[in-house]
Amino acid sequence: MSEINTEITPEITPEITPEIVAEHGLNEEEYARILCALNREPNINELGIFSVMWSEHCSYKSSRRHLATLPTEAPWVICGPGENAGVIDIGDGQTAIFKMESHNHPSFIEPYQGAATGVGGILRDVFTMGARPIANLNALRFGCPDHPKTKHLLAGVVEGIGGYGNCVGIPTIAGQTEFDPAYDGNILVNAMTIGIADADKVFYSAAAGIGNSVVYVGSKTGRDGIHGATMASAEFDDDSDEKRPTVQVGDPFTEKLLIEACLELMAGDSIVAIQDMGAAGLTSSAVEMASKGDVGLELDLDMVPQREEDMTPYEMMLSESQERMLMVLEPGREDEAMAIFRKWDLDFAIIGKVTDTKHLTLLHKGEVVGDIPIGPLVDDAPNYDRPHDVKPAAFAAETPDIPAPNNLGDALAQMIGSHHLSSRRWIWEQYDHQVMGDTVVLPGGDAGVVRIHGTNKALATTTDCTPRYCYADPVEGGKQAVAETWRNISAVGATPLAITNCLNFGNPEKPEIMSQFVGCIQGISEACRALDYPVVSGNVSLYNETNGKAVLPTPAIGGVGLMQDYTKLTTVAFKVDGEAVFIIGKTQGHLTQSIYARDLIGVTTGPAPFVDLVAEKKHSEFVRAQIDQGHLTACHDVSDGGALVALAEMAMAGRIGMDITHDAGHGFWFGEDQGRYIVTTNDAESLVQAAKAANVPLTRLGTTGGDMIASQLVSSLTDVSEQWMPNYMAAP
Amino acid sequence: MKSAVIVFPGSNCDRDVAVALEQVSGQKPTMVWHGDSALPEVDLVVLPGGFSFGDYLRSGAMAGRSPIMKDVVDRAHKGKPTLGICNGFQILTETGLLPGALMRNAGLKFVCRSVTLKVEHANSAFTNAYTNGDLIDIPVAHHDGNYFADADTLSALEDNGQVAFRYQDNPNGSLNDIAGIYNESRSVLGLMPHPERAIGDELGSSDGRKMFESLIANL
Repeated sequence: MSEINTEITPEITPEITPEIVAEHGLNEEEYARILCALNREPNINELGIFSVMWSEHCSYKSSRRHLATLPTEAPWVICGPGENAGVIDIGDGQTAIFKMESHNHPSFIEPYQGAATGVGGILRDVFTMGARPIANLNALRFGCPDHPKTKHLLAGVVEGIGGYGNCVGIPTIAGQTEFDPAYDGNILVNAMTIGIADADKVFYSAAAGIGNSVVYVGSKTGRDGIHGATMASAEFDDDSDEKRPTVQVGDPFTEKLLIEACLELMAGDSIVAIQDMGAAGLTSSAVEMASKGDVGLELDLDMVPQREEDMTPYEMMLSESQERMLMVLEPGREDEAMAIFRKWDLDFAIIGKVTDTKHLTLLHKGEVVGDIPIGPLVDDAPNYDRPHDVKPAAFAAETPDIPAPNNLGDALAQMIGSHHLSSRRWIWEQYDHQVMGDTVVLPGGDAGVVRIHGTNKALATTTDCTPRYCYADPVEGGKQAVAETWRNISAVGATPLAITNCLNFGNPEKPEIMSQFVGCIQGISEACRALDYPVVSGNVSLYNETNGKAVLPTPAIGGVGLMQDYTKLTTVAFKVDGEAVFIIGKTQGHLTQSIYARDLIGVTTGPAPFVDLVAEKKHSEFVRAQIDQGHLTACHDVSDGGALVALAEMAMAGRIGMDITHDAGHGFWFGEDQGRYIVTTNDAESLVQAAKAANVPLTRLGTTGGDMIASQLVSSLTDVSEQWMPNYMAAP
Repeated sequence: MKSAVIVFPGSNCDRDVAVALEQVSGQKPTMVWHGDSALPEVDLVVLPGGFSFGDYLRSGAMAGRSPIMKDVVDRAHKGKPTLGICNGFQILTETGLLPGALMRNAGLKFVCRSVTLKVEHANSAFTNAYTNGDLIDIPVAHHDGNYFADADTLSALEDNGQVAFRYQDNPNGSLNDIAGIYNESRSVLGLMPHPERAIGDELGSSDGRKMFESLIANL
């Protein structure tokens, strides 16, 4: 790699015309910046690199300034946003490392591979930091059940998530799936992974050590996924199917080998820096490593393992072939590392070295085919302050009247058997949720819980978001998404520690969309600050629009909490007959934006419920203390559908009915007021005293027992709940 | 009891079964790489679950031809107790140590759920802590668990009492509801359900413990 002509060779590159620039998703102003950064015209390789690095997906150019307002610090945060994943301290010299990421655009075009590679990508983000992944989660949004594409997309996405996660042997333990016509043209597939690493074995991506080898490991590079990041940064139209070749193909078997090989190498001390090749492949991984380390990288593309013949530098730099990693090794440790990757039948190639030039220099067939200063490529990326001063329509509308049902029990049955509230068993039984032998709360509860291997500690985790609230009121919706993860984690008895997010929105160039984004960020920020629950990683997915129709604002939140002793955890199921049932928290009967209003009455206007963050904190502390002291026999947070739905879910899980003695109207039973939990206890008096002492609102609702709830047989409710999805998927 | 767990590329229940063996027996099994040519001296050989070689050919087909399998098969023929769980069961059928084949689930989907099994014949080193007719809850997690054998093989299995476990609510379309079978001498057991995932109530069931307890008592 010495003896190289360092002049950029002109003949390898076509002339850069305005059309070529436009095809790369760069506007005139952005191209002018490139000319300025290089002091000359880029060649096609360089243009391609700028194009992906400055895409919305990689540069966060519309969101960066707003993301900067999120709280990211707490004493237990070891590494916040900016690395591959967030790292938090969970005591005893261990860390939890986690992140959530979207794979929306590819999953709509090719659901199986799109979803599968989404799982693969997020797994790599976590194990590249030294963690063994221990749990996968997801948050899925599909179009209206009646839309002709929905069934096909749902089937493919679920199979893809299972196909990848099951094969690599990481349990998929929790998730969220919902349907809304707003997702007809853009489904959302958000995947999250949590891993565990020792605190002194966390790996970062900053390249260092001039002259150190840059090593490529994993699968070979092919022509798949070229321009995936650019695709994810534009709207869809009717011809989106033509983008199929930009979707990558996953190989979970290779990923499994890559996990084992990387962790084996990481057990030693030969790695200086490591970074997975995700969106924008070799380009973004090389640029990230160089930028973080404030060094240059010189890559000899002839050394890149290639799956296809005659690949050009442009193709190699932009390919999004899966299951690849880039690392910088300590000098002289190449053979030792190579032996490990050879054992696992993985490619291992030294493709370059760390330089002091602070440039990304690309060599191919003895010529320099690209030479870009890293600084401008990263720091001078566009950073837009897009207009965002539009108030949601719901603010101006009058609060509509939401009439009572003729029969409370019938309304309950209708809701339980609906697409929104029915059982997701059809989905989660396709995921291996028990491999690794530490899953202690199965899917279907408030939060998934995995034991930390070999200890009594456990992590509780959940993904949540209520897009209809975010649409009606982005700030309250953003708060609510955070608060619901907080409640779900608290409801099993764990202490919520930190969140990751995946912010899915439409076209940010439209002020109404940007306003949703900024409002949701504000809400997330307020909630995280009030709850001392920082954001440690995240991802933004914009341009989720087709033919001008945007998805609902969907800031999916992934929360992680810690339990010191998993044997104290509480589940949602009623346990025995004769126990007192209480609701914690105030109920004012907030019916607008509820599932009852939307699905039974057909009213979608009116304000979203208000989130009282002080009450959230107080109620959760009370619940956790009661669980810790062993006073609660069941606990469930109240969310979609309201209190009666929560009670029915507890009854179905325990196959035990309930005698409801509290007399109230439909606002109480179906309202979606926030900050509430349903609990059961065998010592009602003590709980009442404790609540009084803690100044927490507590209302007795009735007593467990029998086989009915709200004049419905529990078993009949279970039937309608369990039947909706299998029947829907089986119907022609 | 000394045991060995074979690790194939793509095995993913190797650690889980090692944990179960150690928890119940107090002795760590030896993890043996598929590329090795000889087994250590052990009382039990375990082929774990997972997706060996990605199951990109037939499930278990590649693993059945791994270098270590020659010694595994030789010793099994000499009566060395050999247990195959899930992908391990598929590998055992690929090597011919057990008859039949595991086809794609009848529902065509991966199935992960707890199933109730009837202990059909508890007269083996793997199962004699159970009693014939016991109903036990053990999770399954597989895409290819649909047991098939021709009619003669099937009736031979039944006649010889080689059916170890039967599903009470067949999750995958297996003939005769077969969840696990022995070889003729009952020194080899293959089953699709995962007893190593049912070793404690916190995991949903401890009904799998008796399999490991049987082995410890007998080996």
